[in-house]
Amino acid sequence: MASTPPSRRSFLALSGLTALSLSLTAACGSGDSGQGPAADGEVTFAWWNIATTEPGKSLFPQISSAFTAAHPNITIKTTSLENEAFKSKLTATTSSGKLPDVFQTWGGGVLRQQVDAGLVEDLTDAFGWSSDLTPVSLQAYQFEGRTYGVPYDVGMVGFWYNKKLFAEAGITAPPATWAELLEDVKKLKAAGVTPIALAGKEKWPGHYYWAYLAMRVAGLPALQQAATTKDFTGAGFVQAGTHLKELVDLQPFQTGFLGAGYATPGGQAATMGNGKAAMELMGQWGPSVQKDAGADLGADLGFFPFPTVDGGVGRATDVFGGGGGFALRKGAPKEALEFLKFFVLENESKLLASNGYLPVVKGAESQLTDANRKAVADSLVKATGFQLYLDQAYPPAVGQEINDSVADLIAGKKTPEQVTKSITEAAKGA
Amino acid sequence: MPSSVSTLTEERTQDALPVAPPAPARSLLRGLRSWASVAWFLVPALVLFLVFVLAPIAVAVYTGFFKWSGTGPMDDFVGIENYTKLFDDQVFLGDLGHGLYLITLSITVQLPFALFTAVLLNQRLRGRAVYRMLFFAPYILSEVVTAVLFTMIFLPGAGMADHLAGALGLEGLRGKWLSDPSTVMPTLFVVMTWKYFGFHMMLFLAGLQSIPGELLEAASIDGAGVWQRFRHVTLPLLGPTIRISVFLSVIGAIQLFDLVWVMTAGGPNHSSETMAISMFQFGFKRYQVGYASAISVVLFMISLVFSLFYQRYALRRDLSGAVTSGGGR
Repeated sequence: MASTPPSRRSFLALSGLTALSLSLTAACGSGDSGQGPAADGEVTFAWWNIATTEPGKSLFPQISSAFTAAHPNITIKTTSLENEAFKSKLTATTSSGKLPDVFQTWGGGVLRQQVDAGLVEDLTDAFGWSSDLTPVSLQAYQFEGRTYGVPYDVGMVGFWYNKKLFAEAGITAPPATWAELLEDVKKLKAAGVTPIALAGKEKWPGHYYWAYLAMRVAGLPALQQAATTKDFTGAGFVQAGTHLKELVDLQPFQTGFLGAGYATPGGQAATMGNGKAAMELMGQWGPSVQKDAGADLGADLGFFPFPTVDGGVGRATDVFGGGGGFALRKGAPKEALEFLKFFVLENESKLLASNGYLPVVKGAESQLTDANRKAVADSLVKATGFQLYLDQAYPPAVGQEINDSVADLIAGKKTPEQVTKSITEAAKGA
Repeated sequence: MPSSVSTLTEERTQDALPVAPPAPARSLLRGLRSWASVAWFLVPALVLFLVFVLAPIAVAVYTGFFKWSGTGPMDDFVGIENYTKLFDDQVFLGDLGHGLYLITLSITVQLPFALFTAVLLNQRLRGRAVYRMLFFAPYILSEVVTAVLFTMIFLPGAGMADHLAGALGLEGLRGKWLSDPSTVMPTLFVVMTWKYFGFHMMLFLAGLQSIPGELLEAASIDGAGVWQRFRHVTLPLLGPTIRISVFLSVIGAIQLFDLVWVMTAGGPNHSSETMAISMFQFGFKRYQVGYASAISVVLFMISLVFSLFYQRYALRRDLSGAVTSGGGR
């Protein structure tokens, strides 16, 4: 039975199978990006976003269908992925050299790597309406005077605090200097209140402290310079670590903070939202995550900018933050940029009304009603300087090393000097 | 794990193949033809194996010699620098330590415990099917579900573990568990044991049932006590099962990822990081794809060398069927 050579029929069947699998592979390969303009003016492009939670989950499809209704020749193939899943998938796609036409970006080092690899469209010339947007919102997507992304959200990190717990500890006004903050931490501890909630497991919330301290002590130019010289061992950076150690030595964090997540049950946001800690250093999304993971503090919740450090060169109005934007694949259809223009300029008030985003269009901050969001937006408008999250501004290897080393410092496993040394080593090696 | 099982069976079938009677020279052509048709039928499987197993390994080995961020051309050849860096990296050396820790505890604590429960549940016991099912149930859960569950249990302050520790007077443990570098590995091991001992218990139960009752009966007629029967009859006849269990435990511990990733992400401060987690951190967080590939190659080599040696020296007798047929019916 098996001794006869395969018949002509089975040979054909097999080659058919091979052809089928080949075409399947090919289909998978090209399925991620659009086909570009076809002969009959039909345009299809792929749009990857991270709108898997409200308000974006319902708002983004609304905006895209409004756009395609006005432009019947355009089809948008939307893919919405959860944050981390998106990053992993984009990494895989990037290494194959084929990005989707329009994709979520946070700017900074990752976008820079993609730009350097020649994968991202330079928008500078076609993006005339960038003058309608606030300079702060554009900064993360600009390298050497060229613009590679369109922002739809921008925000900053600051202290969210529980006014009731502050009052219980006898604190009348939020601290304006680091020394005052340390005093307040002592007062809160004396009153039996956990001063600060921190997600030690996730590391990025801890890096905010070190980054802000470095901004306040050494100043913004020092951070930018360190990125080019790849030397983070300067006195200002060591001092930032020393100041952070002053705080850590007071043991201000909740029990078991080293294993705590951010948005997970019992994590940083839940601790804060449930009134079990007096403050957290977090971005503009802080209140909504508190509400999700714990409870809404309502009128008890307040916001104050990161305090200044005595003797430091940084100003209280220098802000640290980031936002969300979209970048275009090199060679993406030009209609994609039209879509982004529609998305940002025509829908700004919708985005703001959804309470999920902060203004990128000049003057739009007047539309905000919520006091805390207004406070954040005002700080952004008044900003004298802007620094993107370090784990995004720098190449990923450096950013992650900052997160890791600062986490070690907070756990008492590294000295301030060792932190600056590790970061410098990572920067030189990257 | 299933893949390791299949390699074992594969070995068997390969052993079985050459058993065919020697063909007379006249039908040499016929033999060739039959080999050709065998090869023809193997093509689909071989193609899949090539594309999804061998090719990725080759690519990983190749990438491991480069410094590459995952984007752009791979042109920065660094030779074995990734490997020298690796064995100088405290985090990676820690990974090896954690792997060894889990392997040691699995073999010395988890497997004996599984064997103990298996022997217990092999007795005539009221409701033993229920117990068997209960102990096996955790194995059916996905690793992520298990991890999320235990994250809740070990939640500082509010978790069940903290309440339990308080009630038992173990105040020192409160708020620690997964949050303290000194307690995180034992805690992880407890979770691993909870999840996997039922699986090994099932293997042992199956092994126990294949032991002929006559042997035990004969031993007791000869005057052997309970312990002697277990030590000199049951245990030797369970040898093949135990050896497979050890093999699966070791490979599982070397490749551990999901459980740890969800519960601790390798923290606090790398104190529960495994090789697979370091690989993910470098590959997908730091975009040091070359370095991550080097880790994956080391991970692969450790698994491969262990499997080969273990199959060669520990499983050889089982594979040739010497012991199993000795006790066979």
